[in-house]
Amino acid sequence: MLDINQIVKTFNPGTITEKVALSGADLHLQEGDFVTIIGGNGAGKSTLLNAVAGVFSVDRGSIMIDGNDVTNLPEYRRATFLGRVFQDPMTGTAATMTIEENMALAMRRGEHRSPFRWGISSKEKKMYRDELARLGLGLEDRMSARVGLLSGGQRQALTLLMATLKKPKLLLLDEHTAALDPKTAAKVLHLTRDLVRDHHLTALMVTHNMKDALQYGNRIVMMHEGKVIVDVNRETKSMLRVEDLLAMFEHTSGAALDNDRMLLG
Amino acid sequence: MELVKLFNAFPGAISQGLVWGLMAIGVYITYRILDVADLTVDGSMATGGAVAAVMITSGIDPWVAVLCAFLVGLLAGLMTGLFHTAMGIPAILSGILTQLALYSINLRIMGGKANTAVNVSKYHVLITSRNVRALSLENPICLLLVLTAVLILALHFFFGTEYGCALRATGANQNMARAQGINTRFGTVVGLMLSNGIVSFSGAMLTQYQGFADVQMARGAIVIGLAAVIIGEVVFGKLFRSFWGKLICVSLGAVIYYLVMQIVLWLGLNTNDLKMLTALVVAVFLAVPYWKGLAVQKKIRKRGV
Repeated sequence: MLDINQIVKTFNPGTITEKVALSGADLHLQEGDFVTIIGGNGAGKSTLLNAVAGVFSVDRGSIMIDGNDVTNLPEYRRATFLGRVFQDPMTGTAATMTIEENMALAMRRGEHRSPFRWGISSKEKKMYRDELARLGLGLEDRMSARVGLLSGGQRQALTLLMATLKKPKLLLLDEHTAALDPKTAAKVLHLTRDLVRDHHLTALMVTHNMKDALQYGNRIVMMHEGKVIVDVNRETKSMLRVEDLLAMFEHTSGAALDNDRMLLG
Repeated sequence: MELVKLFNAFPGAISQGLVWGLMAIGVYITYRILDVADLTVDGSMATGGAVAAVMITSGIDPWVAVLCAFLVGLLAGLMTGLFHTAMGIPAILSGILTQLALYSINLRIMGGKANTAVNVSKYHVLITSRNVRALSLENPICLLLVLTAVLILALHFFFGTEYGCALRATGANQNMARAQGINTRFGTVVGLMLSNGIVSFSGAMLTQYQGFADVQMARGAIVIGLAAVIIGEVVFGKLFRSFWGKLICVSLGAVIYYLVMQIVLWLGLNTNDLKMLTALVVAVFLAVPYWKGLAVQKKIRKRGV
């Protein structure tokens, strides 16, 4: 479903702030894979996700989604294939627009937006109400409220719902629970798991929580200095503990895992 | 003081306010919906005036002239849009560049003259300040109200469509818009074009109303447009929640602006000082959200939370 082939990205080349963020990263996902990504500070986890999303173009290598070469496609055109949830709950929704308007925007992801068709129909409103109800946050009764009035957790849950409203080829989750309190984070993670399972999604989730990385998904990938250094499959993953992960990382990278936000849980 | 003199000036102030209300609705599209401060309008409003003046004085139907002014305004917006998106120039600077270029273009349109008179007795015009106290449909207020209503309804529907919603998302959150597959750069250009088209159209109406086009006629127009947007929000913001309601606020804001200006002139303010007064009033209103933020912070610190 996703083929990341030897991608290289250097930010600010030729200056004192030069930073090699990706140095030949390679990753291949099968349909239905739910991969969690962990790694130290500046390992290139978020950069990898942003490279797939098209936030910037890569210097070398190629990215294929479901057989389509998207390496040179701009961000807005890659959106056709992708559902995205960001670390900052403010990023995924339009604060000045209503809940239902945000959902209507997400429903039309990758489709032609006509200046002659109404932006939201009463038929879809009914569907959105049902979808919101499954969040259990009471948002189904506030569909015409501005998203800016919601809490961070509510906004993140809504963003997640929007990302899967129209089934994406690939769901990108960039530390999407990092800005939430532990209780809300757990709720959003459960929702993530349910949505991925129910819609048979392929997903890539960056996390700084080792326990979450073990608990969710069927594969764990570790990154270090812009490369994928460890790739653990389903069979091995179910037997791993946090200590095993740490040992594995230190063994392969020859360095201790330094992530100042890392939760060993 | 002679109150009669003041009341006599009100119909004129209302008509002028309605003309500038059309312009301010154009400003609202960039400033509030796209979240871009577009200074092109100082040029494009005069462009609309120049186009209308030249066409009407060559005997062309004023409706056609107004339509052409709108189309030329679209081009002015396109120029700013391309400066901004294709050349990566910050939006404010892009607008200033186009505004400067339009000064020369406006002179070209008027055949090298700084102004063009449109003699109301000689040419057919849609509105004129001569009829401002007429108790008939000839009164400019009538047509201006109709045009304002049509414009507001058209925009209300446009921004409710799929593409209109995409434009609003572009202004609200570019990252979100792109993640939903919206071409934000193209959208920004479309918004700038639409805004300047409307501004240019209002310039065409102003030319007819005052009976001439002048290359300087829209100097500082952006400030008057912003004043109308902000006054409308502060005075009537609580009354209207819907999109069309907010646009009505903008138009009313412009009318209030001209009524207040009429009053301060009547109180004896020198006409030359008007622009300074406008600038200061707008500056204070723009500062309100910032000051509110500071006050909230102070409260929090006092409480020790």
